[in-house]
Amino acid sequence: MKISVNVNGSAQENDVEARTLLVNYLRDELGLTGTKIGCDTSQCGACTVHMDGKALKSCTCLAVQADGCDITTIEGLAQNGDLHPMQQSFWDNHGLQCGFCTPGMIMTTTALLADNPNPDEDEIRHGLEGNLCRCTGYHNIVKAVAAVAQAGGD
Amino acid sequence: MWPAEFDYTRPSSVAEALQLLSDNEDAKLLAGGHSLLPAMKLRLNEAPLLIDISRIEGLGSISNNGSLKIGALCTHAEIAASADVQSSCSALATATGMVGDQQVRNWGTLGGNVAHADPASDPPTVLVAFDANINIEGASGSRSVAASDFFMDLFTVDLEPGEIITSIDIPDHPHEGCAYVKMPHPASRYAVVGICVVLHRDGGSCSGAHVAVGGATVRAMRSPGAEAALRGSSLDDAALDAAAAALKDDIANDLIGDMSFPEAYRQEMAGVYLKRAVKAAGG
Repeated sequence: MKISVNVNGSAQENDVEARTLLVNYLRDELGLTGTKIGCDTSQCGACTVHMDGKALKSCTCLAVQADGCDITTIEGLAQNGDLHPMQQSFWDNHGLQCGFCTPGMIMTTTALLADNPNPDEDEIRHGLEGNLCRCTGYHNIVKAVAAVAQAGGD
Repeated sequence: MWPAEFDYTRPSSVAEALQLLSDNEDAKLLAGGHSLLPAMKLRLNEAPLLIDISRIEGLGSISNNGSLKIGALCTHAEIAASADVQSSCSALATATGMVGDQQVRNWGTLGGNVAHADPASDPPTVLVAFDANINIEGASGSRSVAASDFFMDLFTVDLEPGEIITSIDIPDHPHEGCAYVKMPHPASRYAVVGICVVLHRDGGSCSGAHVAVGGATVRAMRSPGAEAALRGSSLDDAALDAAAAALKDDIANDLIGDMSFPEAYRQEMAGVYLKRAVKAAGG
């Protein structure tokens, strides 16, 4: 099936099998391997991207469902070589250890702040329900998000 | 993991979707895909054709003209954030706000949720408590089914092949308090037990109550015994004890259990969570 998808501001046209998952399309067809496949069962959130501005687990969406949509992946956040404030804050606050969950964490939390620019700690933790980290215990991730919110968001 | 091969089509109207369903016997409807796709990836389900109804106009809005009408394509996140839902059926805002996680709530739809009828899901319990009606279109016309009748058994609903859920109505139901509370599974956050209570008050006493339970049972269901025990009481400890005992009796033949949360445990917890729900509803 032919699909047209706007990925990180660039128009893409591809012919995909109907059963191709969005995450496989992004990684294998477009080479955007920043988006990770963790559990592959809609739980861990490592594959989170934005579709039309809303956070989505891209392992639970077909590429054909994204036809005509705007997709943003972790590769689309930095502008002109400058990290997105959320990326910088994860760095500054040591919000990662192995880094595997980090792209999903950052995509989820940028969407969270777009909806709610001033979340309290509970709201940040609640907003991260769908993202699992097996290294950090989340504490510095929450700090990183709170620091971006405090500095006026993204 | 990849699902088995299938064809994909995206109709733009309910009529077109109904025609596709009637021409393709084993086809399945795809809306948010957050129940269907995980099942297809695990090869628990397959279909020769997926009919993507997600872009059909008119199935994705919430209106309130006396009764609340929620389009089948409304997502859990949209329902949880809706001022109309929060004001006339706040327990549904609570329940949809507890489904899965933010990413799942952004894309999973209420129509898909009720069609899937996972017994551990949250919204069906609230729909049963509020006497919601499921509106269905089929080749031979439209019909409306009470939520209590619609949920028949584990993953089993009153929906024929070839039919499409188009909206869910929640009749105007003035009440003095309502709540949905659940014991979440510690890993999945699915409901081990979920209880919805709707209370009518007359001064200090309870003039009527609706009580529905899910999670612990094969389907979301009402508890007439608990409702009778609360009605006319002052919602004191004795009334709550009686209601909890009646609820446990009512669900005795419909319990589900697993290694972590056996039937007897869920039955006991249903009583505990009923009391919490009454308190949360202001009782």
